[in-house]
Amino acid sequence: MDTTKLSEQFQQKIDEDIKIEPQDWMPDEYRKTLIRQISQHAHSEVVGMLPEGNWITRAPSLRRKAILLAKVQDEAGHGLYLYAAGETLGITRDEMYQQLHSGKAKYSSIFNYPTLTWADMGAIGWLVDGAAIMNQVPLSRCSYGPYARAMVRVCKEESFHQRQGFEILLTLSKGNAAQRKMCQDAINRWWWPSLMMFGPSDNNSPHTAQSMQWKIKRFTNDELRQKFVDVCAEQVKFLGMTLPDKDLKWNEAKQHYDFGAINWDEFWNVVKGNGPCNKERLATRVQAWENGAWVREAALAYEDKKAARQYRYNTTQAESKMPAG
Amino acid sequence: MLQLIKKYYYGDYGEIEGGAAPAPGSNSREWPLWEVFIRSKQGLDHKHVGSLHAADAAMAIENARDVYTRRMEGVSIWVVESKYIHASNPDESDALYDPANDKIYRHPTFYQLPDELKYM
Repeated sequence: MDTTKLSEQFQQKIDEDIKIEPQDWMPDEYRKTLIRQISQHAHSEVVGMLPEGNWITRAPSLRRKAILLAKVQDEAGHGLYLYAAGETLGITRDEMYQQLHSGKAKYSSIFNYPTLTWADMGAIGWLVDGAAIMNQVPLSRCSYGPYARAMVRVCKEESFHQRQGFEILLTLSKGNAAQRKMCQDAINRWWWPSLMMFGPSDNNSPHTAQSMQWKIKRFTNDELRQKFVDVCAEQVKFLGMTLPDKDLKWNEAKQHYDFGAINWDEFWNVVKGNGPCNKERLATRVQAWENGAWVREAALAYEDKKAARQYRYNTTQAESKMPAG
Repeated sequence: MLQLIKKYYYGDYGEIEGGAAPAPGSNSREWPLWEVFIRSKQGLDHKHVGSLHAADAAMAIENARDVYTRRMEGVSIWVVESKYIHASNPDESDALYDPANDKIYRHPTFYQLPDELKYM
């Protein structure tokens, strides 16, 4: 069958909302787009552990520490679901790690910002995880089966991440003047980078149309960003805090909030590797990989030894059953 | 005897697409891939939930516990190395499933019986 015919059948399946599974025929570009998106999503979960890992030993109570540990462990798990989904497309786990470590593959730029105070754990949960959920809920209906299934799991678990973050901020917002100031400061620093998490605006996002046609994406970057702004503008009222945007205003005609211009120069600068923590984050991942080399090798050596022992045992058994003489 | 660990794709990938070929340029061996099946509670079947890498079966079960049952999702775990899964080929699904298509008399609704007939 020729490729044109296969492409037509493929698009027809997508249009009928029939999921694509790993063994099905798919256009090379669809495979490539998914490998890029899924691996970068996985890297984001893994690198995303670092800013929060920074606060595990300094959490203000045992309760907060246990919660933060559980959240960071979830993120490791989410990374693993996603790497496994990526592998179904024919790339190996090691290749994906390699692309991360060499800087070829990107991860969400938000994790290149530092976590300066405990309130940042709250702001990350509320805003960063909130933005991630906004992105991931539609992805759980994405056309590629393994990715969609991974997203269903992730979304189920992520809800606690956002709620615990908001609870941290709510607690701080009821605290003393210094605590309230810390709360507002964290919101101020995380708000704009969170809006950038949705990616470039639609007129600057060349892949959006194709991804929507393939139902990898269900909404455009700007649609999701608007939804996020609308939700947060209401939620922040419960904290008695403000979002750092003087142009944020309810627009009765549009039934949406208007908001100020995003600093895209900052966004591209961080994507290109010049954010406050890019080098540190990547170096930490590379170091973890290198320091773990002996563990990976030892486990394989042990496996080989067991296999060799089993082989010798089997051979002796076979020999002893041979008739004598 | 050293067994040669090759790259196998998850689930029903199999031999097509050169699934068993090691990635070009990769010199280090990856831990093999395992498929994970979980029984969510007594009385239900084990269901495929995903895959992971582990050096051996014991490690695969421990990792599956950490990755797939952090919230009491299971009471029993099965793991099987992905290379032992054999799957039907989607390109042959027409030939494979077609014979079942025209045998509607296998379904109870095929039979026209009086409405008054009870308990059947």
